Amino acid sequence: MSLHKNFWCAIAAGLFVASNAMAQTELTVYTAVEAEDLKRYAETFNQDHPDIKINWVRDSTGIITAKLLAERNNPQADLIWGLAATSLLLMKAEGMLEAYAPAGVEKLDPKFVDNSNPPAWVGMDAWVAAVCYNTVEAGKLGLPVPTSWKDLTDPVYKNHLIMPNPNSSGTGFLDVSSWLQMFGEEGGWAFMDALHENIARYTHSGSKPCKLAAAGEIPIGISFAFRGAKSKAAGAPLEIIVPSEGVGWDMEATGIIAGTANLEAAKTLVDWSITRTANEMYNTGYAVVAMPGVAKPVEHFPEGLLEAMIENDFEWAANNRKAILTEWQSRYDSKSDPKN
Amino acid sequence: MSVTADAAPVRPPTGRPLRAKLGRDDYIMRGYMLAIMVYLVVALAMPLYVMLSKSFTTYGFDLATYEFQVSDQAGNFTAPPVSAETLNRELGAVPPEKLTTSSDGRLPATLFFPDFAFRSPVLYRIRGTTAGATYLIGSERHLGTEWSQVTSNDFRRVMLRPVASRGLDNFVSYFSTPALFRSIQNSLLISLISTVITVSLAFGFAYALNRSCMRFKGFFRLVAVMPILVPSLLPGIALVYLFGRQGMIRELLMGEEIYGPIGIVIGSVFFTFPHAMIIITTALAISDARLYEAAVSLKASRWKTFWTVTIPGARYGLISASFVVFNLVITDFGLPKVIGGQYNMLAVDIYKQVIGQQNFEMGAVVSVVLLVPALIAFSVDRYVQKRQVAMLTTRSVPYQPKPHRRFDWLCFSYCGLVAVFIVGILGVCQFAALVKFWPYDLSLSLKNYAFDVMDGGGWASYRNSIRMALMTALIGTVVVFTGAYMVEKTKGFGAGRSVFQFLAMLPMAIPGMVLGLAYIFFFNNPANPLNFIYGTMAILVICTVTHFYTVSHLTAVTALKQMDIEFESVAASLKQPFYKLFARVTVPVCLPSVLDISIYLFVNAMTTVSAVVFLYSPTTTLASVAVLNMDDAGDVAPAAAMGMMIFYTNAVARLIHVAISKGVLKRTQAWRFK
Repeated sequence: MSLHKNFWCAIAAGLFVASNAMAQTELTVYTAVEAEDLKRYAETFNQDHPDIKINWVRDSTGIITAKLLAERNNPQADLIWGLAATSLLLMKAEGMLEAYAPAGVEKLDPKFVDNSNPPAWVGMDAWVAAVCYNTVEAGKLGLPVPTSWKDLTDPVYKNHLIMPNPNSSGTGFLDVSSWLQMFGEEGGWAFMDALHENIARYTHSGSKPCKLAAAGEIPIGISFAFRGAKSKAAGAPLEIIVPSEGVGWDMEATGIIAGTANLEAAKTLVDWSITRTANEMYNTGYAVVAMPGVAKPVEHFPEGLLEAMIENDFEWAANNRKAILTEWQSRYDSKSDPKN
Repeated sequence: MSVTADAAPVRPPTGRPLRAKLGRDDYIMRGYMLAIMVYLVVALAMPLYVMLSKSFTTYGFDLATYEFQVSDQAGNFTAPPVSAETLNRELGAVPPEKLTTSSDGRLPATLFFPDFAFRSPVLYRIRGTTAGATYLIGSERHLGTEWSQVTSNDFRRVMLRPVASRGLDNFVSYFSTPALFRSIQNSLLISLISTVITVSLAFGFAYALNRSCMRFKGFFRLVAVMPILVPSLLPGIALVYLFGRQGMIRELLMGEEIYGPIGIVIGSVFFTFPHAMIIITTALAISDARLYEAAVSLKASRWKTFWTVTIPGARYGLISASFVVFNLVITDFGLPKVIGGQYNMLAVDIYKQVIGQQNFEMGAVVSVVLLVPALIAFSVDRYVQKRQVAMLTTRSVPYQPKPHRRFDWLCFSYCGLVAVFIVGILGVCQFAALVKFWPYDLSLSLKNYAFDVMDGGGWASYRNSIRMALMTALIGTVVVFTGAYMVEKTKGFGAGRSVFQFLAMLPMAIPGMVLGLAYIFFFNNPANPLNFIYGTMAILVICTVTHFYTVSHLTAVTALKQMDIEFESVAASLKQPFYKLFARVTVPVCLPSVLDISIYLFVNAMTTVSAVVFLYSPTTTLASVAVLNMDDAGDVAPAAAMGMMIFYTNAVARLIHVAISKGVLKRTQAWRFK
């Protein structure tokens, strides 16, 4: 009886696999890439690989990361294409990623590739911290143009700064971890103590500070360059500043979920995701991409962004994440009353 | 006949007492009731249980499960392996409280080697003593009892990972984190202030509606319920436009920041006002004119009459309204997220823990904490409700206000002010939605309605919301009304019925955020046979029906109680099955309440944020969540635009509801007016 059942199951499964192979392979891809870019990414990919269909699952970085971790024991995704490397490191530490060296990985800038061999993930493009400065509002208030992070601690900016809360935003954590790496543990916290005095409030999302600066709701928002460039393109009176000490960054990255049923197709996509074509595709929105020599300047992006990117130690950031967030919370989040 | 009587002498009855034999109807009804009970258990009790148990899942480093071995300078492993626990006992490197952590905790192995130097030629080995002991080398995960050998440079990168166990540690660390603990105070304070303001304002409004002869009462009644039709975070957006840095009338705040307690309180007053107003109006409507006549003949002043007749008469309504408002404010999540600034509230903390830090366990702990005030408010309210005695007797005479020029004028201007506040907030949102780029380009455009190029799912979210609201209204009404019918009209089966009543009342006390989080834990478990509904429209509908079950259930029960149980007896004696009676008599008679339930479910399904914010999937994004997400991304004007779309949709739904109710009333309720 049970033998029979198994037999029929096997036949059914065989038919299923066969029919699947003949038709398209469908991949469930989790991503945090901007909604408006996704269609273009899929279309460009399908020009080379029409036999693989991408089903996007898109949400903000925090939600997608939480979703992936919540589904840890029952993964729904085949691969991740376009999520913060910091999040992918979390998945890697949980053993959720299938290590794979895509064909041509040696052509990428090594800092865009995971340091294990074979790598658990590969980077696509970088999103880089920057300061969005509203020329109209800052002009009204007579605020000088800041050129460095240290400038922002000047009391003249008191209550005129906004940055994302690292406890709710990945961009916020990126800023904090980069300051700790640039200024050292002690110097970093001292800098943030001074900065905190000037911060009007912390937001829950990383792009909001720049959008608020664009709307004049605050003169200066600490956010990232990509967002600033988009707002500037939309006509906001913004100046995008790259602080002279250097800027923190994270990358959008790609990785295969361990145990996926569509490993071959997933590998095909990852192979493609690091090709020159793909890198050129990323370059339409991002000024810094994984393959050296590909990137052309993107309109409204500030100059010198690539040079300003610090040597970001993602492993250090991931391993110290909890400690940093706890420290940040006890320093700046317990004072709940708005400062005057 | 006589033979049997002779054969069996009369004996006292033994065995089980006599019971009415259960007919087929009874079995069907009990079966159906059980089915809905199972629904409530699966959709409410079990997720809550799972969430509760999640809050007791703790993570800690189990040092006894790791062993190290250190080589000499030449790289030979001559020293015996030593466990991390032994090393820690000798060194005291990691105090016990540092051993508890979260699921993402990492403990550097170098802590146990005070003389560690990353340039030394010494080699290190690490292994677990159990198969499950996990550690990282760099970011790579290792586990098991095999030795891993690393250079001292790589040993810097060895991190121990925690194991899960059960205990109270999460609660201990919650209450010892000032930033989190402070949220409790904040939440209680804000809820208290908002409650006092809202209930006072709503009382004045209801008083004016009931006790004055001012004009435009119908209009005021209509305006006062408008806030119910929008998501709670919409007033937050309007407040930014009014009082933000670029606000239209920010001078009114005299330099105070709108982002923080002030904003939360004003917004909370806006969105809770209709709830309080409706409850207090009902309480004031039941007044006995004879008491006022007595007061007049005793020559009591108006003031004295107010305090000795009006207030005591409305006290249960006031208490009830207070608890409802308190509960709404403390469990609301959208408003403090939009306008709360640095002011931490419990509901936002849940979001920060789960989405910002992926710390599900701590999210569950905050949920449990949030459950406490809500449960207290709920049980006090139930207790007070039980003590309420009938105010209205057959001898009561309804109070009829007499015209009084000065008083009526006063009432009119007061209600006018409140109406300006409500319409103003909505008007600002509509204005914000139409302005091209506030404050730099004030020309009007429909650019902000291009939802498809923004976060939140675009126009599809709006369509999904309508679909979800319709399904919730339809399925919810059927489930709730039939459930209420079975529990009201089933004979006997007391235990089952009281369990049912308890389950039906419970959702009122569960904050939406808590319910949503509980659903993730429960339904996203691969071992759960219902796992397949995760990420579908079904889970959103189930969650929303459950979230708003109580009020719908109470409405249905009230309507059903008005129907005499004799109907059932007559139907039984005519040998009619209960379902015929139900379809031909009960439902038509109760139709107004059935319609009320469905519009209540529809409107709430359109505006709910907190319960569904964790549950939507890419194909089931919702308009209310899109408002939140667009605001979050900084697209404030489109968020306002989507919020107003929800408002118009609900307004239209209400109009349709009124039209249908009128038509239906004419056809089915004629007997009431004869």
